[in-house]
Amino acid sequence: MPAFPLDALGGFALLPFAALGALLGLDVVSFPQAMLSRPLVAATLAGALAGRPGAGLLAGAVLELFALETLPVGASRYPEWGSASVVGGALYAAQPDGAAGGLVLSVLAALVTAYVGGASMVVLRRLNGQLARAHLERLATGSNRSVVGLQLAGAAADLLRGFMLTVVALGASQPLVAFGRAGWGTDTRLSRAVVVGLAATVAGAAVWKLFHAVPRARWLFVGGIAAGLLAMQALP
Amino acid sequence: MTAADAPAARVPLGTRLHILGRMLGIQASWNYEVLVGTGIGFAVEPGLRLLPGGRGGAAYRAALARQSQYFNAHPYTAAVAVGALVRAELDGEAPARIERFRTALCGPLGSVGDRLVWAAWLPFCSAAGLLAFGLGAPPLVTVGGFLLLYNAGHVALRTWGLHVGLERGLKVASALGHPVLRQGPQWIGQAAALVGGAALPLALARAIGPGRTLLGGVLVAVVAAAVLFARLHGRVEAWKAALVLLAVFAVVSILR
Repeated sequence: MPAFPLDALGGFALLPFAALGALLGLDVVSFPQAMLSRPLVAATLAGALAGRPGAGLLAGAVLELFALETLPVGASRYPEWGSASVVGGALYAAQPDGAAGGLVLSVLAALVTAYVGGASMVVLRRLNGQLARAHLERLATGSNRSVVGLQLAGAAADLLRGFMLTVVALGASQPLVAFGRAGWGTDTRLSRAVVVGLAATVAGAAVWKLFHAVPRARWLFVGGIAAGLLAMQALP
Repeated sequence: MTAADAPAARVPLGTRLHILGRMLGIQASWNYEVLVGTGIGFAVEPGLRLLPGGRGGAAYRAALARQSQYFNAHPYTAAVAVGALVRAELDGEAPARIERFRTALCGPLGSVGDRLVWAAWLPFCSAAGLLAFGLGAPPLVTVGGFLLLYNAGHVALRTWGLHVGLERGLKVASALGHPVLRQGPQWIGQAAALVGGAALPLALARAIGPGRTLLGGVLVAVVAAAVLFARLHGRVEAWKAALVLLAVFAVVSILR
């Protein structure tokens, strides 16, 4: 698979990542909701596109821990992780191994993108609503053309939303990440521990909130942690 | 075959696959006006072509107009509604009865889907993916395993929902008592708690890298902070609080 180095081709280098961000942003709600948009997947794909799937996976795992708290329940507002994870995975994969502050800044950019992306989905839903209102009379006559048209228009607008979001987020984040890395004054491992620790805190609280009312789940959760700690000792 | 089974049997495999394919895009025009209503119309449309008069006929247009109105459900369990509504239209049920049925189905399908998929199956698969990452699995295995596991459940639920809807029509409510739908969230929740618990320290260890002292300190801090967030019972969204803390940490790290 050809790699697309994010910082080598200027603005055009963003296009493959924007296309990926558009497709994975579409997966969040519109099509096909196969969880290709989960951070674990999306950031790894972005990392692979940049030629470093392992770096993408690391960023994706950290973002996945954050994402455990925000589940796409009903009409609630939630962050848009698909495009955001492409941004996080691509930014992290574009940096050399062990770059100081690299993971912190990439994850931070992805979290801000996820927040903005969530707001952009609300705007899109309002636009879809206006379009649906304009077609109510035709829908009431059983117009297949209107039904198909509304579905396609919604999907196309969502695709465009994800594309624009990824372009803007990557375009804005790249210089900020470069600036931040240049002046980074905290130890690399400590920086990584802070961002991963925060992510694990969010995940731990989320798992507890989700399952503490399920019979025996508290003990299973504690048992799982113990098993994980034991497995850590066994791993090289 | 009983008379009641006949209309379901009339829906050819090609039409069923067409409906299943369209259900993947059922939320494409999701909005605050009709929610997933247009998507339901979009998904049932291939089945409505089997009505007398065919595509564009009076029965087809009346049914499509009915099915494109306001509707709310979980996107996966909406398959139950789609199948049942196709069957009801093919059975020639009275329009008023179909509309009452549509209204009654919204709540149960939404809550069953949210509890089973968003609050149980997705977190379980996510935790399993993180466990694979923590155990050192390469990217392809981690991502491929997660997608295969999640979508096995996803596709099975949609396929079952469409099948049971087509089989039972307006009598589909009894299908919502299926053990997987009633007990599934609890079973999967227990598994997710176990897998999630194991995944957390392992994922932490792999993401932070070697160094037991630092890892131990982070683990203790994570447990303390997670308990604090959990006790806040949703008054604070932990990810937003973490975003603010991370931004502060980044600014301090750049300025020092």
